[in-house]
Amino acid sequence: MTSELVTIIEQDGKAQKGKDPALPAAELQRLYRLMVTTRVMDDRGLAMQRQGRIGFYLQSTGQEGSHLGAAYALKASDWLFPAYRQPGILLLRGIDPEQIVSEWIGNDGDTSKGRQMPVHYSFRQANFVSISSPIGTQLSQAAGAGMAARIRGDDTVFMTFCGDGGTSSNDFHCGLNFAAVYKAPVVFVVENNGWAISVPCSKQTASESMAIKAQAYGMPGVRVDGNDVLAVYRVCKEAVERARRGDGPTLVESVTYRMASHSSSDDAARYRDAKEYEAWKKKDPIARFQLYLQQKKLWTEQFETEVVEGAKAAIQDAVKKAEARSNPAVGTLFDDVYMNLTPQLKEQKAELLDLVQKGGVGADIGAFPL
Amino acid sequence: MTATETKTQEARPGFKVMTLLEAITDAMRTEMRNDDRVVVFGEDVGKKGGVFGATLGLQDEFGEQRCFDTPLSECGIIGAGVGMALYGMRPIAEIQFLDFIYPAFDQIVSEAAKMRYRSGGEYTCPMVIRSPYGGGIRGGHYHSQSAEAYFCHTPGLKVVIPSTPADAKGLLIASIRDEDPVMFLEPKRIYRHGKGEVPLGEHVVPLGKGRIAREGKDVTILCYGAMVHVCEQAAEEAEKAGRSVEIVDLRTLVPLDEQIVLESVKKTGRAVVVYEAPKTCGYGAELSALIAEKCIEHLEGPVVRVAGFDTPFPYTLEPLYMPDVKRVLAGIEKTFVW
Repeated sequence: MTSELVTIIEQDGKAQKGKDPALPAAELQRLYRLMVTTRVMDDRGLAMQRQGRIGFYLQSTGQEGSHLGAAYALKASDWLFPAYRQPGILLLRGIDPEQIVSEWIGNDGDTSKGRQMPVHYSFRQANFVSISSPIGTQLSQAAGAGMAARIRGDDTVFMTFCGDGGTSSNDFHCGLNFAAVYKAPVVFVVENNGWAISVPCSKQTASESMAIKAQAYGMPGVRVDGNDVLAVYRVCKEAVERARRGDGPTLVESVTYRMASHSSSDDAARYRDAKEYEAWKKKDPIARFQLYLQQKKLWTEQFETEVVEGAKAAIQDAVKKAEARSNPAVGTLFDDVYMNLTPQLKEQKAELLDLVQKGGVGADIGAFPL
Repeated sequence: MTATETKTQEARPGFKVMTLLEAITDAMRTEMRNDDRVVVFGEDVGKKGGVFGATLGLQDEFGEQRCFDTPLSECGIIGAGVGMALYGMRPIAEIQFLDFIYPAFDQIVSEAAKMRYRSGGEYTCPMVIRSPYGGGIRGGHYHSQSAEAYFCHTPGLKVVIPSTPADAKGLLIASIRDEDPVMFLEPKRIYRHGKGEVPLGEHVVPLGKGRIAREGKDVTILCYGAMVHVCEQAAEEAEKAGRSVEIVDLRTLVPLDEQIVLESVKKTGRAVVVYEAPKTCGYGAELSALIAEKCIEHLEGPVVRVAGFDTPFPYTLEPLYMPDVKRVLAGIEKTFVW
């Protein structure tokens, strides 16, 4: 059962009988707009890296339907423990693109105060927990947060993401194990995009799927077509409801494809067959959802133009505003290590500020090695 | 007379005579009564009450929701603890022996320690990681090590080590109330050695403040944990030979009470640093560097480290590995060579 791939939208755009979640027209169009905006934002992010305007970028191209469909199943009060390929969730949760671009730049408008590489977002206002680079660490944290909510009697649900590479991490094992033992309200979404940098999924596991791993932990595992936003939404909605009822966690394997390179520092052409990419390009989640909307008479050329141009304008505006901002103030380097500066940090801060004031130190920050 | 040398079993009103271990349990019990966000978990901490008994009675009093056993996974214990803290709890995670903490290293160093900083202060991780550490119980490689330096080298963590029952309670309560992650390392060798008076109910010893465990004027010993007691014995011996020894019990390694260290060394002009961990790059190296950087002009002799050797922790030859009274005395004499 766990290896069956749940799909709703057929290749011709029609929904399978009895499976259409029948979302209201405005919501369907909103989801489409979010997917397109996410891609436009991603394209702009990579372009800015190539132009030397930001230091690094990670694209989510091809995975827009996967993470947006998943997070769309949550309530705003539910928490996310994301990995680094779910940027659309920020748009879904109403984050101003200027704040997103500010994070890429690491300026004084960045919630993380310029302390992390681009795309490692943290947005408490969106219950979107700070992203880490070490793979999988968020999985056991989501389990713990779920355990805490259960202890407190809250009905919060926690959704956490990792890729196929993440299923090999220590935290995948202990996160799923803890969540299942304590019946924590967690939805584990594995976005199986086929590649962990240059290592194919076949080198991550000998299991017949990622979803089947759920059996070992005593939780349901579902395999869903990750390029079908409605299928992901439907599967995740069931998992979220199950978690909220107190029935425990679910593992969702969202089968998708990383259409871009791992990051701006990677070139997938060096290790990946172009035919594979071409085959997946035909399964593009945005094109697929567009066909569905066409079937429903919710898509026109005019709508498309308005969505794409609107997204481009919004991101352009965000870039303009974010680039006008300044670097974080020098002294903030020492803030937030602890709630209060320790005597040692106070001394180090004073020493640095003195050197900055005298001139010379810190004059060349902001340039990125390319 | 130091707290642990209290001869009488009769405590003053408002105090109770306890072992260091009992004081730790008392601290957790006190805070669990004070604050329902406090939860205690780890391997064997529930029904059994911990392999050393530090959590005895907590599950009975507070139920399985607030004191519970976990799967045998240090990575999971700390990862779950980080998640609980993010969600607003005050988790106390027990790692059965510090030697077993390495599967959780990523969660401690990359996650708990960096959460506040990397989220610009939006997310915090107020949790306590309690773990018995150090030698003296014939525990071989994997039940004896002193790994404090790894954590002291990680910005974002506080590192606390008590040496008396009263401090154990007061420092643990302060750690639980702290807004940042605290490594609370318990010198298991003195869990049950010597009792001391411990204040009942509320008792907070602020983090970042050392204490003068013994006053003296000729030489300063800087130490923490079980070594405080070894140094106290050595000081008694040295006194007989005419050396007046001052002992500074650091209590908190991060953030360090520099003032108490520097004032004492300036006064005596000599410093011996005593720690159980391997000598190279141990915490004593930091103390030595601090003295060299900030008060070298006051020194009458070399700063001497008396430490564990740069070997894995031994089993049969453990007594030779651990700094003892004789080695501390030899260290004191080395500061008088100039």
